[in-house]
Amino acid sequence: MSPVAHTADAVLEVARSPLGLIAITLGGYQLGRWLQARTGGHALAQPVVVAIAVVGTAITLLDVDYPAYLDAAALISFWLGPATVALAIPLHRQADQLKGFVVPLLVAVLVGAVVSITSAVLIARALGADEVLQRTLAPKAATTPVAIALADNLGGIPPLAAAFAILIGIVAALTAPAVLTLLRVRDRRARGLAVGAVSHGIGASRMLREDETEGAFAGLGMGLSALATSLVLPLVALLLW
Amino acid sequence: MIRGLTYLIGFQVVGELVVRIADVPVPGAVVGMLLCFAWLRRTRAGDDTALVRAGSGLLRHLQLLFVPAGVGIVAYLSTLRADALPISVALVGSWLLGLVAVAWTAIGLERLTGAPHDDLPAPDTGTAR
Repeated sequence: MSPVAHTADAVLEVARSPLGLIAITLGGYQLGRWLQARTGGHALAQPVVVAIAVVGTAITLLDVDYPAYLDAAALISFWLGPATVALAIPLHRQADQLKGFVVPLLVAVLVGAVVSITSAVLIARALGADEVLQRTLAPKAATTPVAIALADNLGGIPPLAAAFAILIGIVAALTAPAVLTLLRVRDRRARGLAVGAVSHGIGASRMLREDETEGAFAGLGMGLSALATSLVLPLVALLLW
Repeated sequence: MIRGLTYLIGFQVVGELVVRIADVPVPGAVVGMLLCFAWLRRTRAGDDTALVRAGSGLLRHLQLLFVPAGVGIVAYLSTLRADALPISVALVGSWLLGLVAVAWTAIGLERLTGAPHDDLPAPDTGTAR
């Protein structure tokens, strides 16, 4: 074997190993952070979007299939669980702001869960999506791990449910603060809560960058929405199908 | 760092146990979050505790943790393309309706109870200052 071919093989082998794939993921994320800083925090320059694009391109070029990448990157996605627990921290710092907001908050999250499940299913049905797709779309407002579990219980396609949850998080990260201002929602607690309740962690991480209170209530909204969606979905499903 | 992460994982473990034993369809991490919140309130934890420092570090880079799941979008591109219209309208439409429902219910109830908040800076009216 020629030295050039040998080197090329070695590079490919390392790039396709968990070490290489994690390095690509971290590199894509750092590139996204650099772009975000360079554009002065432009809404379109979300590190998660840049990183997904970089990794998606890289695994296509390296001919690594998605399940294999997911296995290799398990070291990264593992920390989603502890990070979800850590959402208690911004909440703890903002706990004084909960006064007088507990009832509005609980009712709003429950209403939000019912509205987002029913509207997703009915819109998809009206536009001709089949039942499996409708069942995959139903839990998309819940945080990714919950959406996966719920879609599975409901007879949807779990990995696609994860993709939907991520997509909606990206839409939220790009547009939520502007949309809320257009809707004249000026209470930071309500702003954060709304984004967290319908666009989970990615939306929450955008709000956390905007403002500490918005981030804290987004985290709370995300947690409560996961609870509310889990409880409401089986009941709403009885009415929808 | 490791001490704080140990706490976080500990709360998640207890959350998982609660969820399994009580057999409720809620992720263990969400229950762990509620337990962690109760703990932070009880101990009146300050910003310099190990748990708060490790957790804040993780949260600063929350977006990174979604990348592996997000790459699934690329993997399912062909399915997404086949039903692009119903999927995109249902996703964005129901997201918007849900956002409006949560935000307006919350501020509506706040007004009813007589405690509305207005935290944003006054809108720029366009007049020269």
